[in-house]
Amino acid sequence: MSTELLKVALIGNPNTGKTSVFNHLTGLHQQVGNYPGITVEKKIGYCKLTRHKKAKIIDLPGTYSLNASSLDESVVIELLMNKNGEDYPDVAIVVSDVENLKRNLLLFTQIKDLEIPTILVINMSDRMRRKGISIDIDVLEKELDTKIALVSSRTKEGIEDIKTLLQNSKSLSSDSCLDSSIIDKEYFDRLEKVFPNQSLYKLWLVITQDVNFGKVEKKQLKEKASFATKSDSELKRLQQKETIARYKFINDILKKGYTVDKSKATDLRSILDRVLTHKVFGYVIFFGILLLIFQAIFDWSRIPMDFIDSSFASLGDLTRKHLDPGQFTDLLVDGIIAGLGGIVIFIPQIAFLFLFISVLEESGYMSRVVFLMDRIMRRFGLSGKSIVPLISGTACAIPAIMATRNIESWKERLITILVTPFTTCSARLPVYAILIALVIPDQRILGIFNAQGLTLMFLYLLGFAAAIISAYILNKVLKIQSKSYFVVEMPNYKLPMFKNVFINVFEKTKSFLVDAGKIILAISIVLWFLASYGPGEKFNNAENIVKTEVVNQEISSLELDNKIASYKLEHSYIGIVGKTIEPIIKPLGYDWKIGIALVTSFAAREVFVGTLATIYSVGSAGEEEETIKQKMAAEVYPNGEKVFTLASGISLLLFYAFAMQCMATLAIVKKETNSWKWPMIQLFGMTAIAYITALISFQLLK
Amino acid sequence: MQTIATLQRGEKGIIQDFDIDCVPLKLIEMGCLPGNQVELVQFAPFNDPLYININDSYVAIRKETAVQISIKKIV
Repeated sequence: MSTELLKVALIGNPNTGKTSVFNHLTGLHQQVGNYPGITVEKKIGYCKLTRHKKAKIIDLPGTYSLNASSLDESVVIELLMNKNGEDYPDVAIVVSDVENLKRNLLLFTQIKDLEIPTILVINMSDRMRRKGISIDIDVLEKELDTKIALVSSRTKEGIEDIKTLLQNSKSLSSDSCLDSSIIDKEYFDRLEKVFPNQSLYKLWLVITQDVNFGKVEKKQLKEKASFATKSDSELKRLQQKETIARYKFINDILKKGYTVDKSKATDLRSILDRVLTHKVFGYVIFFGILLLIFQAIFDWSRIPMDFIDSSFASLGDLTRKHLDPGQFTDLLVDGIIAGLGGIVIFIPQIAFLFLFISVLEESGYMSRVVFLMDRIMRRFGLSGKSIVPLISGTACAIPAIMATRNIESWKERLITILVTPFTTCSARLPVYAILIALVIPDQRILGIFNAQGLTLMFLYLLGFAAAIISAYILNKVLKIQSKSYFVVEMPNYKLPMFKNVFINVFEKTKSFLVDAGKIILAISIVLWFLASYGPGEKFNNAENIVKTEVVNQEISSLELDNKIASYKLEHSYIGIVGKTIEPIIKPLGYDWKIGIALVTSFAAREVFVGTLATIYSVGSAGEEEETIKQKMAAEVYPNGEKVFTLASGISLLLFYAFAMQCMATLAIVKKETNSWKWPMIQLFGMTAIAYITALISFQLLK
Repeated sequence: MQTIATLQRGEKGIIQDFDIDCVPLKLIEMGCLPGNQVELVQFAPFNDPLYININDSYVAIRKETAVQISIKKIV
């Protein structure tokens, strides 16, 4: 017998523990992807109900209502409106927070009015006693015409009840609970006459929502003149009336089945808020937490990073011992293993960053930071909500740019998107690490500060400063009028749940690793081919040309082989590219090999190290046991001058600090801003700043 | 005129009226409706934004929105 698949949509306000419920129902059997064409994260998981029945659960983005004000929210309504869509649910589960039931039920009544069979999950039941809340489930079930599961996602209580309700999904009612037409009888009567077979609430959503409904006929609606007559302001007034009607319905029901004994409530919120949002202590604590995060990233993660580093070094050695010496082995060891090692080593730091961000968000603290920082950030044309992207940008700009979605003002959001790539993301770290180790002396300054550590810290501060200053300039330059609406929910403080944090950190780190790994692998192989083959006489006949050149010199056979190899490299495909761009980068202090690394870095910065490793190993004949750092240190110009000096090193560091070298970020900016204009401005603007600062610094230091 | 922005910390008021074009729908859906109670929980420095409890929802709004919402203070 085949398994029956029940499609379930999990819907709820933000901060209701919806994701915990999802994690409990599906365990680690989750697939994270994107909705087609947009970057909203789509999470699907499976849950076994009986031997022959399985539920496919979609965790929809959190939303306060079906009146969408962001891309994430539009996804919810598009999915629920499209009856023929592959994800259209058989059952909707609305997850609500027992303390905010009134507001949460607003969304519930809207879902019910779409005539989808709906289950109501009342979560956080473990807080009921502490808050003096009592609920009459029977009354609520009857009045709301639904089935209710009282759940505590913290203790896992009630999760089985949800599964039982899903098993019996056939008995769920799909009647709506409100008659939307009462808000403007005459208008809705006209609507009904023209579209007799459609649900009025659905039509109302089509009229009011500015989202893409696929085949639903918004155009058709506009063409019927009688319905285009309402202005936006009139529509909003009707939406307010609708909201009032919904709250009246909800309040009447809650009066019968929900009581709060305020005298029993102990209030953790007000005590914590008094400290955490305090005019002085609030900031002190926030900067303390920032310091803690950076301490964890740069100090605590040293131990696992050293371990990973040495493991990859021995893996490389092992590979070299067991394979025949040759260019393929070099590709494997220097290009692929070294390149992957250059990424894997950052797992501890990235995991720490995601861990902190995840804990700050889960605990409810992030909203307090948004509250504290809004006024200050606004001076720079940003929003308090920009603080989240700017902090998470230190891990990776891609999730950071997606996190700008809840910024209501388009101008503030756009500026945040444009400046976020300045923050020092983890992909810059491998480049910084190797360059600093190479050109900055390992000395103490004033007896306490390590010069290398200070340089790294300076580069981080430089990233933030660049972001803030360019935001200030963009704010003056960009002529965009947009209403700066700002509504932030201040959720209850919660102890973060280990399982949620773990899954979040695991998924984010994994996708970083897989994405970066793919790029490094591909680039290493392509580079290796381009460096190992070349066109024309000069490449194919390199051996004879070099031999005739040195015919009268005393030279060992190893030196001869090295000369031949580097001559070949110079005339390979990649060498030709490098030589072509060399005049542009020469004033910055780079040779053509670094130029190649710069070019490949535009795919992703972290391939810098792997690129140089591949080029240097192809360009030498012997099988040296040198590390990439030693190879870089030994690299000289034909006249014997070192390639990596303090001047060229600082110039490179500054170039990497400012340049827009990440195709994935450009792609995400294109998607989020819906235009190539903004990513191109980033690409050329940031790279121009990088070029100019690198140029000035090299010319001053050389 | 009394608005949410004229409340002191810990003070409460009843929402009277507001210009619908100046108040985001999201705030209305959070319970910013005439007749509902609003309490000022906390100010950020420079009295902006404001952290309020509106109809049992805790939200932060900017001063420019708060001055649009007239209230009657509960004494």
